[in-house]
Amino acid sequence: MPAERVFVVVLGADQKGIIARTSTLLYEKGANIEDVQQKIMDGTFVMTLLADVSDCNCDTAGLRDSLEDLGAQMGLTVMVQAESVIKAMQRV
Amino acid sequence: MPIGLEEVFETAEMILFENYDIRAVTLGVNLKDLVHPDPHRLAQAANQRLSKLGSRLAAEAQAVSESLGVPIVNKRLSITPAAWLIEPCPDKEAPLILAQALDEAAQKAGIDFVGGFGAWVQKGATKADRRLMESLPQALGSTQRLCGFLNLATTRAGMNLDAIARLGELLLEMSSAAPRGIACAKFVAFANAPEDNPFMAGAFHGPGEADAALNVGISGPGVVRGVVERHPDCDLTMLSEIIRRTVFKITRAGELVGRELASRLGVEFGVVDISLAPTTAIGDSVGRILQAMGLEQVGAPGTTAALALLIDAVKKGGSMASGRVGGLSGTFIPVSEDLGMIEAVECGALGLEKLEAMTAVCSVGLDMFAVPGDTPSHALAAIIADELAIGMVNHKTTGVRVVPVPGLTAGDSVDFGGLLGRAPVMKVNPFSGERFIRRGGCLPAPLSALRN
Repeated sequence: MPAERVFVVVLGADQKGIIARTSTLLYEKGANIEDVQQKIMDGTFVMTLLADVSDCNCDTAGLRDSLEDLGAQMGLTVMVQAESVIKAMQRV
Repeated sequence: MPIGLEEVFETAEMILFENYDIRAVTLGVNLKDLVHPDPHRLAQAANQRLSKLGSRLAAEAQAVSESLGVPIVNKRLSITPAAWLIEPCPDKEAPLILAQALDEAAQKAGIDFVGGFGAWVQKGATKADRRLMESLPQALGSTQRLCGFLNLATTRAGMNLDAIARLGELLLEMSSAAPRGIACAKFVAFANAPEDNPFMAGAFHGPGEADAALNVGISGPGVVRGVVERHPDCDLTMLSEIIRRTVFKITRAGELVGRELASRLGVEFGVVDISLAPTTAIGDSVGRILQAMGLEQVGAPGTTAALALLIDAVKKGGSMASGRVGGLSGTFIPVSEDLGMIEAVECGALGLEKLEAMTAVCSVGLDMFAVPGDTPSHALAAIIADELAIGMVNHKTTGVRVVPVPGLTAGDSVDFGGLLGRAPVMKVNPFSGERFIRRGGCLPAPLSALRN
């Protein structure tokens, strides 16, 4: 089951270009961003993007690898999780 | 209601910083249809089936983990108790032939452990059961990935002291069959063994199971510790509520992973085992949860009560989250695999007696503790009898995984490596129960069995 929608979580020090570079990468991979939330929590930049990946040109693992590489370049932690996991945990 | 940033972040935090993962996906496999008087034919058929299913399990577990973004740490197989498979094989070597084949299959398939090399002997042992018991030292000493068990007591049938006395002797043989007594770490003695347990060393595929079933063990001590630490001052009623909510969440994720993997494998989804299973990773410790609850060290007065609260909350949260909760589903307190437990033993806060008391409210029993290599067999047998009596009388599962370490004495330390961790060697009460154990016979079942 390729997850239809995934959450991308980005954590780390605030800097220029986090949203721009993350969303560009998602665009290049064919993902459609449906929701973005972002705030500073305890001095840490936290962003979540909800993306529809059903038309992606790679699988979830490939997308995760690319996003993690980008995170490594920018000194950020990036996680990709299926929406279904978050929904199972946070909604009854 | 859309999912908020804090909610997504909470889940990410569990995985990134609190060691949340799916500890084990264990595929139970029926092998009853493979029984054959020629042990080589049995072994070959079992090897083929397990290699094939094991490879698929390993590959699909990897794929599910990548797709959902939840780590799956261990992939395991459990089989029909091996003693039943060798019933028609009079050959004394039969269990060893099977053991080698099972180990080889696990290795070939990239599976870390295969469980079920065991027997049910709570009331008596068949010839095949005895052949399997006698083979345990060599079978577990000469293999890497094979795990064994014996069920020696049930609430309905009582406890088999003859088998336990013999097991005490076999454990000593087992301890010298491989370096550091490691073969003993792959064996567990049970009362009321669950038939769908995904955790090793005690996993097996019970008689009430389908041809194959996928059971999932989740791991969340780090997550529970985190949430308890974030509430240092609330009262225990509120703390129970907070733990219940947290365990609910991690169980839901476990169930989702289990169902997805079972559907990909085309097998029944079995159970989610909601046990809190610690590792030696810093923070991934049940001992640390108890400390966060307010104990200076595990073993301090209040430990049993704190553990009772913890387990109750784990069971209630987990049961609300999944209709398929099973297996052991308690809290593991293995000494060697939990930094908080290791520290408690080393500083003198925790001894064998308090550990036993803790297991009266904890389903899993005396787990992964080391004792001196010169501990007499009757003392090992008596420790097992004590622990299994708690399970038998209280209608619950208890188990003993004890490692007598050759050449070491109380206060020494032994490193088993990897997930098995490091165990401080614990002192055994020097007063003897030998005459009691040598009497043999059976402990009758408690009266509560006669409820029909």
